[in-house]
Amino acid sequence: MNQSKASTWRLLFLISPSLFWLVVFFAIPLLLVLAMSFGQRGIYGGVEWKFTLDNFFRFLNPSDPLYLRIFYRTVYIAIITTVVSFLIGYPMAFWIAVQPPKRRNALILLLMVPFWTNFLVRTYAWILILREQGVINNLWTETIHQLALHIGATLPWLPLEGLVRVTATPLPLFGTDLAIIIGLVYGWLPDMVLPCYAAIERFDFSLVEAAEDLYANRVQAFIRVIFPLTLPGVVAGSILVFIPSLGAYVTPDLLGGAKSVMIGNVIYAQFMNARDYPFGAAISFVLMTLMLIGTLIYFRSTVAKQKGERRAI
Amino acid sequence: MPSDTLAPGARPISRRLGSLLLGGHGLLSYAFLYAPIVILIIFSFNASKFASAAWKGFTFKWYLELLNDAALGAALRNSLYIGIASTLVSTIFGTMVALAMERYNFWGKLAFDALLYLPIIIPDIAMAVMLLLFFVLTKMPLGRYTVIISHIAFNISFVAVVVRARLAQFDISLEEAAQDLYADEWQTFRRVTLPLLMPGILAGALLAFTLSLDDFVITFFTAGPGATTLPLRIYSMVKLGVTPEINALSAVMLVTSFCLVLLSFFLQRGGGGTVEPL
Amino acid sequence: MNERFAVELRQVTKQFDEVTAVDGVSLGIRDGEFFSLLGPSGCGKTTTLRLIGGFEMPTGGDVLIEGKPQGFTPPYKRPVNTVFQNYALFPHMNVFENVAFGLQMQKVAREEIRKRVKEMLELVQLPGMEYRKPNQLSGGQQQRVALARALINHPKVLLLDEPLGALDLKLRKAMQLELKALQQRVGITFIYVTHDQEEALTMSDRIAVMHKGKVLQLGAPEEIYEKPTNRFVADFIGETNFLEGRVANINASWVEVLINESLPIRLPAARQVVQGQKVTLAIRPEKLSLAKTALQASDLRGEVQEIIYIGTDIRYLVRISPQTTIIVREQNRGGALGERFQHGEQIYVHWSTEHVNLLTE
Repeated sequence: MNQSKASTWRLLFLISPSLFWLVVFFAIPLLLVLAMSFGQRGIYGGVEWKFTLDNFFRFLNPSDPLYLRIFYRTVYIAIITTVVSFLIGYPMAFWIAVQPPKRRNALILLLMVPFWTNFLVRTYAWILILREQGVINNLWTETIHQLALHIGATLPWLPLEGLVRVTATPLPLFGTDLAIIIGLVYGWLPDMVLPCYAAIERFDFSLVEAAEDLYANRVQAFIRVIFPLTLPGVVAGSILVFIPSLGAYVTPDLLGGAKSVMIGNVIYAQFMNARDYPFGAAISFVLMTLMLIGTLIYFRSTVAKQKGERRAI
Repeated sequence: MPSDTLAPGARPISRRLGSLLLGGHGLLSYAFLYAPIVILIIFSFNASKFASAAWKGFTFKWYLELLNDAALGAALRNSLYIGIASTLVSTIFGTMVALAMERYNFWGKLAFDALLYLPIIIPDIAMAVMLLLFFVLTKMPLGRYTVIISHIAFNISFVAVVVRARLAQFDISLEEAAQDLYADEWQTFRRVTLPLLMPGILAGALLAFTLSLDDFVITFFTAGPGATTLPLRIYSMVKLGVTPEINALSAVMLVTSFCLVLLSFFLQRGGGGTVEPL
Repeated sequence: MNERFAVELRQVTKQFDEVTAVDGVSLGIRDGEFFSLLGPSGCGKTTTLRLIGGFEMPTGGDVLIEGKPQGFTPPYKRPVNTVFQNYALFPHMNVFENVAFGLQMQKVAREEIRKRVKEMLELVQLPGMEYRKPNQLSGGQQQRVALARALINHPKVLLLDEPLGALDLKLRKAMQLELKALQQRVGITFIYVTHDQEEALTMSDRIAVMHKGKVLQLGAPEEIYEKPTNRFVADFIGETNFLEGRVANINASWVEVLINESLPIRLPAARQVVQGQKVTLAIRPEKLSLAKTALQASDLRGEVQEIIYIGTDIRYLVRISPQTTIIVREQNRGGALGERFQHGEQIYVHWSTEHVNLLTE
């Protein structure tokens, strides 16, 4: 068949460059990491290719929980970030979805614009805001402090001494887990809002009218009708926030202190400072496995949602 | 029911309170999103020597300092070089692979599809580690080219996703009509498919360019001496100490990104496709 | 085959995974004919058209154009042109560029192209529209551009895939007449796909009725309408009364069919049937008439069950036996010319054997 031979050549032509690139510069490096995680650090920082599971034991060792603690903190921070993004993002998505169409599109665009600016720059902005001489603390120790002092002086019967004392010292915002969470929520909020918005926008509001016709008030209608049916969007958004938060490097590096290290920082240290490549590879491997599980949950929830919708019809 | 007794158009108090709260939350959230950006831009004009102390007057001098910063200029040149090179290659490869995936069925297509999506889902740090290991073990010297190679490695997938979305909406009867009118496969592609696909291809290219310019972690791991890009320079500036010059630089980058986003948005709309909130 | 067919299909089959869209179809379309493929959606008519156009390749059988087997020849090498269902006008080109496209691909000279485009646009009654873009045209105008774009190449055969589907009723009726007139003027073979039986009856020289990938009947409109050879065709085209029964008696001159075990009907012996065979009698409502008294011995006695007034006609539901009800259509002539019957009235149904079709499937 002349036709199909020509089209086979065409297909090969179209695919080969990408296939080559992705195999050589993606698949093979991936396999290298997996292989190396079973290796051993050589004396001069190289790699000894002896099969061992030491790296994994070192990382997940319950009796010397240095790395395990960092692992738990990373998961903890990622979870808090996800929950906070949900609490902020879901109502936000809801609000956008009930706006008239033109305003909706503009709002979505406005949502995406910060997302498209440089992540480093945005994280730096939070340094400016949160540090000891930052914007918030400036407000705290200067403006509010002075205000409290003056008002306290002119109206001494107001109980403002407590406020004056407290505003004398700056708030310890920078270099904490809190700062990291703020930075991560800020960075990944759109990833929560968009799937929620998509689910809410697709939602058939006549179902709410049906519920109200059956004597449900607004809260009940929300809990029993709206939220369950938009849940797939929430799940998708949660995964989209949780996974990058797990692998965060820049945010904890710039906004966290020495005590707020996350897995990403540990990996960096192994490669740049300690030169223990196998150990770093093993940690990456564990991280990637976690993320793969998360991604599978994401895909299964979107597929299950589609199947569910079909069955409902 | 209570609403029966209200005048048409009036709503019960609980509803109005509810929508007021919702609206308030919405506006506050947007304020949260934009406050850091606005603060940054405002402080870039602050004459104070300390990056975020109280306001000490309006000035352009930090912007002038930017222009005179040689290291920054070199970093910008590197970023542009790497950005343009990786965008060109990944756009061509990505468009080709998008055509293949949307038009053909073949053995192993599902596996290849997964491979194509992996660079998008995989976290920065994992990809950075992978590539660094690869370069080290194959004894490739780290430099501009390792960065370009790495950027192409993830940008192919992003371009492919954008172009594929465009292709999926493409009316295939247009290609059949062209063939019906004596155009062979190549002529059909050149005179019908390509012109109509162009807005999507450009949107993909713009996305790739932006991602390349903005990338930090992967570039950080795979760059060698002389390959410092803008994000890398910003990082070292921030690590060294916060100076007002960084504010000015940040403000410039924010405004540039803003313009690029708007451009991409209008490109995608102009072609008649839907907006891709990637 | 003495006749030279413009298009011929020999046992053509097309299979998609588990679905057989076209099942062993054989037919011949004559030169200069307006030929329709008629059937419900999913019957395979569009696939058949695409097989002729070269957009699908057959899994079995042969497609011949002007006697030449096409094999796996791609569309750009076949002397046919297509008018697509959604017109498929190139949105990034104006009307001129759209219509000229085929000529450009055939490397016709620029001056020649300009002349022919102008002529063609006048032919389809769109003069002066050269520089408009498709999205600035109405549905009817787009349709005519699609037509012009195809016809300008002087194809031997023009394929039309439900081209009037997107137009409103009035425009559609007007376009039907225009297309027919155009075809007769230009003299090209038209192969026309539609699911609208009225459209097919109006425009075609011959119709092929398709169902589940097979051609059930092929013939001129009158033949298809008056003498359907199977139940599906009788049911799909127009309205039919179906009377189920079996052959009770046979001899050399007549056949007696017992309807629903209670009503005997006698027909001239024409078909090969055997005693006891299950058959169906098909007769169209407008071929029946009602009268207060019997005009012939064969007239059936019945009772009016329901009267439906449609304006142009009046439909009567008449019970002619405890298990059998038929529809009778009387033209609403009104006044002194027409009789009107009442609910529950006892009347006689007059029919003629030449209008009864004996169906064995």
